[in-house]
Amino acid sequence: MDTDQLIRTLAADNAYRARPIGLALMLALLAAAPVSLLIFFAELGVRPDVMTAMHNPFFDLKFAVTLALAASAIAVSLHLSRPEASLRSFGWWLLIPAGILVAAISGEMMMPQRTPMMTRLIGKNSMACMTAIPAMSLPLLIGALYGLRQGAPARPAVAGAVAGLLSAGLAATVYASHCTDDSPLFVATWYTLATAIVASVGALMGKRALRY
Amino acid sequence: MREREDEWTDLMRLAISGDDAAYHRLLKAITPVLRAAARRGLARAGQPVDQSEDIVQDILLAVHLKRQTWDTSAPFAPWLFAIARNKLIDALRRRGKRIFVNIDDFAETLPGETPEPTASPGEVTAQLQALPARQRDVLQSIAVDSASIKDTAAKFSMTEGAVRVALHRGLASLTEKLRDR
Repeated sequence: MDTDQLIRTLAADNAYRARPIGLALMLALLAAAPVSLLIFFAELGVRPDVMTAMHNPFFDLKFAVTLALAASAIAVSLHLSRPEASLRSFGWWLLIPAGILVAAISGEMMMPQRTPMMTRLIGKNSMACMTAIPAMSLPLLIGALYGLRQGAPARPAVAGAVAGLLSAGLAATVYASHCTDDSPLFVATWYTLATAIVASVGALMGKRALRY
Repeated sequence: MREREDEWTDLMRLAISGDDAAYHRLLKAITPVLRAAARRGLARAGQPVDQSEDIVQDILLAVHLKRQTWDTSAPFAPWLFAIARNKLIDALRRRGKRIFVNIDDFAETLPGETPEPTASPGEVTAQLQALPARQRDVLQSIAVDSASIKDTAAKFSMTEGAVRVALHRGLASLTEKLRDR
């Protein structure tokens, strides 16, 4: 096929309209969410004292951190799906959840505490956190990568890592309602480690899946 | 140059609003620029320039299949050159060359520079043979026999909708095969 023939063929396909990437990503995440929720309700479930926990600002702050991570990673993912985009202009969005976390830690430091710092940091659920967040993230990550395949990222591994951040943010939001460790120190340690694992898996998977 | 790129942006907007002729003109207009840049990239990597047409076709397919990532309020040329650069790097890497591709390779094409294709490109043609029969027939009818969608539908007793689907799927799987080869 010579190039003129190819051009004629492409022009004949001009009527085709692909789904906008935002929509493709949303649909893929909605399809994957039930799998993650199934893992959550089968293995973990919401903590029994959730009603009283809601009055604890540090319980609520966990959701602020994880939702901020999910939201900023979704925005950055959509941005990175364009071929001419880089992390330079929007990458700082990913610092928002870290900023909230730092503010929460300083807030907790200023308050009188019954338990010592290391006890709060190590908590009781570190292993559950480190396994549950990656396990619940995986279906979401696969969904996110599937949706983002509509895009054309310049650096597929970077785009995959950000897809990992967004799935970890969503999974951690659900996990936070199970976990009884509310200290921002616990979140900063174990949630961050779990998120880093998911982001690395995302980078490895994205490197292949998001090439165009 | 500015003028040329503004014209591309206008044509692409028309194409997306459904103007097939504008889309055809746009693809025709960008091809010599892509060809010149692909040749320069190959030459700099010490590769024979007669492979440039395969790269041009690779870029055109990616432009077509990734159109939805172009923001219609932004200029078209930076988007195009980003895709072209990515595909050129890919092609050189596949040939075992790691090389820095200069973005200016694309932006600096002189208006008078309109090289003709040198060698007949083989990669798309080869992958075409590996497609499912229906997709191959439809692609061949439209590309080689320059039949319209309507005529193609009549020839294979398909609906026009089915021809459109086979055409798009054919182009998508062709691209996939080229990427994973």
